[in-house]
Amino acid sequence: MPAPHRAYPYREPTTSMSTEIRELEPTSPHTFPPTILRRAEHTVEIVSDSGEGAQKCGQIFGAVSAKMGNGVWTVEIIPAEIQPPPRMPDGASGYRIRIGSEPVTNWGDETNLVVAFNEQVLLARHRLGALAPDATILLENKWESHPDEDVQQAWRAAHEELSARSYRIIHVPMDEQCLTLVDNPRKGKNMFVLGMLACIYEREMDRIRDQIAYAFRKKSEEIYAQNVALLQLGYDWAREQIDFRVEVRATPVTQPMVVMNGNEAIGMGVLAAGFELCAMYPITPATSASHYLGETFDRFGGVLHQAEDEIAAAGVAIGASYAGSVALTITSGPGLALKTEFIGLAVMTETPLVIVDVQRGGPSTGLPTKVEQSDLLAVLYGQPGDAPKVVMAPATIEDCFHSMITARRIAEAFRCVVVVLSDANLATGVQPFPRPVLEDRWMQTSLDQDAVPPGTKAYDWDERTGLSRRVIPGQPNGAFTLTGLEHDARSKVAYSGGVHQHSSAMRSRKLAVLQTMLLPAPIHGDDSGDLLIVGWGSTKGAIEEAVDRARAAGHRVSSLHLTFLSPLPPGLRETFARFAKVCTVELNYSDEPDAPFITPDNRRLGQLAWLLRAATLTDVDCWTRVPGEPLRPGSIADVIQTKLVEARPLPNVPAHSVRGAA
Amino acid sequence: MTAFTEMACPLFTAVGADDRSFELSDYEGAAARWCPGCGDHSILTAVERLLVAEQLKPEQTVFVSGIGCSSRFPHYLKTYGFHGIHGRALPVATGVKLHRPDLTVFVVMGDGDCTSIGAGHWLHAIRYNMRMVALMLDNAIYGLTKNQTSPTTPQGHKTNTQPKGSYLPPLNPIEVALGVTNASFVAQTAEWVPAHLFATLRAAYRHDGLAFVRILQRCPVYTPGIYQLAVQKPDVIELLVHDDGVMVPELERTYKNRITHDPRDLNRARELATVGEHVRLGVFYRDETKPKYEDTRRTQVRTVQERVGLLNAELDKYAV
Repeated sequence: MPAPHRAYPYREPTTSMSTEIRELEPTSPHTFPPTILRRAEHTVEIVSDSGEGAQKCGQIFGAVSAKMGNGVWTVEIIPAEIQPPPRMPDGASGYRIRIGSEPVTNWGDETNLVVAFNEQVLLARHRLGALAPDATILLENKWESHPDEDVQQAWRAAHEELSARSYRIIHVPMDEQCLTLVDNPRKGKNMFVLGMLACIYEREMDRIRDQIAYAFRKKSEEIYAQNVALLQLGYDWAREQIDFRVEVRATPVTQPMVVMNGNEAIGMGVLAAGFELCAMYPITPATSASHYLGETFDRFGGVLHQAEDEIAAAGVAIGASYAGSVALTITSGPGLALKTEFIGLAVMTETPLVIVDVQRGGPSTGLPTKVEQSDLLAVLYGQPGDAPKVVMAPATIEDCFHSMITARRIAEAFRCVVVVLSDANLATGVQPFPRPVLEDRWMQTSLDQDAVPPGTKAYDWDERTGLSRRVIPGQPNGAFTLTGLEHDARSKVAYSGGVHQHSSAMRSRKLAVLQTMLLPAPIHGDDSGDLLIVGWGSTKGAIEEAVDRARAAGHRVSSLHLTFLSPLPPGLRETFARFAKVCTVELNYSDEPDAPFITPDNRRLGQLAWLLRAATLTDVDCWTRVPGEPLRPGSIADVIQTKLVEARPLPNVPAHSVRGAA
Repeated sequence: MTAFTEMACPLFTAVGADDRSFELSDYEGAAARWCPGCGDHSILTAVERLLVAEQLKPEQTVFVSGIGCSSRFPHYLKTYGFHGIHGRALPVATGVKLHRPDLTVFVVMGDGDCTSIGAGHWLHAIRYNMRMVALMLDNAIYGLTKNQTSPTTPQGHKTNTQPKGSYLPPLNPIEVALGVTNASFVAQTAEWVPAHLFATLRAAYRHDGLAFVRILQRCPVYTPGIYQLAVQKPDVIELLVHDDGVMVPELERTYKNRITHDPRDLNRARELATVGEHVRLGVFYRDETKPKYEDTRRTQVRTVQERVGLLNAELDKYAV
């Protein structure tokens, strides 16, 4: 009999951590050896006020864990402001690392161990439901005896609020300890915390010191030495004061791996793909990809151009591409909106152009630092007029790298616009992946300066495919004027209906031709069943983990993840027909079916759901959320339960055992 | 052919020396479709003369334009051309030039294009000071969209959008251009003085940096009157003359008002741009020592093998 909701095994219970050691006083010497908690996976987060270095600490912990052979997925906890006021729940800044014995494909569900620099940022995480009910908390204790009575009061109130759950709170004298080494504990407390975590998780200290050296490579030797001393201080303190260790066994690495975040992977992909120019304008969360290029691109002979605005960034990329460059622009939602007219121009002039859109919450300025998948339809249909283009979405950090190579090849071969839809989750998430084996051909320049035959047309369309030869300034006998006005094959301005019909067809046909080269999207699970979950982009890991849990419990659920959104891969309609129900899971807004006024006729759906309904004439359902954070596999597992019942009500699943999807 | 050009652009060597010579017909594109009497015709003629005079290779020359009557310009030439979107010719030209310093780039804009919808790009392009000629064909009206007020429309001039007359004093493009940090060449000429127009275009082409040229241009349909006085009465015009500016001796009989102005004198240039009733033609400002953005962005040319090696070294830093 299928297990009721959430009863299927999806994670080892973590209750032991709290029960075994709850009554111990953290400041007193313990009876050792400490308790060893063996876990297949564990999620740890460090939260602080902005600027206290929690992210740096987390990044190093994540990188070292990956290098030791653990599966890793990290997520940044970012306030929108650079320096929000201290000790405010809204200002929580931090880093969350899920490590596992096996590869980790998403951020998981809840945090098992938290290091908090003050109780207010901890409250923020508590209120978000980010922490496991039995989470262990290592909390800076200096606020308890703070001279300001208001602070003491806030401390007590917070503990009152936190007591609603059975957390194990360990008070840690972080400041006090750090003051034995440095004058200003605010700078360096993060290394103390890193040392504690290194002890608790049994991380290799040599690797950590190497990573610190790399992270502070632009700083003085003194800074490095001080950081390493604080690291050791934290390690030693934890060794004596913390009564448990967490062992997440690492799988020995059998192939060369690299570890980085998605924006770094995009930056490296830009280098690997042979791009020569990147034009951009600062925008969160896309900019760090440009930071990476800012550090490296010059050495590769490339140019990172920070334009005066988003529009100009697109224009510079188009101008460079027109002149033969391999060019791209990197942006996020609001920037994409500004580039709209230029995107149309690139489509019209068939100028190869790659656009990376690192999606964030919208519309308008929206949620600049938070993940969302809301730009799909804007990218597909955002240009006035018919502007066919290729849209692809990396699902993993590794995809971020390789998608740049694919995007360039398609843009050039098809003389078209290729939009790569990344998102804030991929941008800042860190994950190890197999080290790419670089190929010379990725980097070849496409430039040709030979004379073209006299009479060559600007758009020498192959009438069947719409493909045409790209001619570049410098090539004798070319000398065309490309134009955003409608034109014939010779690029002569022409407004007649016949020309517009034909030229539109030529620009559109290329997508159909590309589709013939795409493989059907692989199905995760069986290729038929009761429910097919369809996703795109960064949600892949969470969806597949949820599907695996459901399948382990005996449910006939599969998932399918789309890398190409335009053109869609072939065979979707046939695949969908083999499942009783098809439902998308997306990080964008859709109306709840049971909300006031919402009916099946007026319900606004998730963006992929709209697209799939139109493309396959299948009654595709959707479950979408805009939580400003990645989806949790546990939430998707809940959805699967609900949708399974809708798909094919099973007599042996009592209705009351199925919790609502919300 | 500077060493820089060869270094920054390996393609340069791909085009070998040739002994072609070019005549007017080598540069003529489609028949121009501007209205009869439009000043754009005379500008096109002057530009074609320049191409012949300088023997510019058609395949090495790119005309980038925005949207408007004047932006049809590239279609009427047989060089490479990119007729883009309204107000955005300069970013496209910036991209062309960043990748291909070896190409000769002309930008053709109208007054709406340059000083209104594309004003932001205008300022920054002047500041980038890349080697290109930026022509602003100023007929003080939106012509293609049929008679709307532009930033340079004279105050009181009636249009379809401001039928009681343009509300505000017109924007002075020369004043604006002279106010931009790193401006290196600012000139004004008029399409009805072909000799001056040609001489100015030639000086702009030969300038080492971005040459911004405002060309006063009659629209026979919507603004036939606004330059009428200057056309009919040469004493309305004052020529700025200097050995380092534009000297057209054959104009001296017609244009008696002349003032010697050293184009290095920025303060005087600003005064001349703003004070007095004369329509002044000539080079207001020129300084070839200003930094050029493409020079600051020069990077080493790397072979594919070198880049693979460098990227492998990058990957090493991220290796597990």
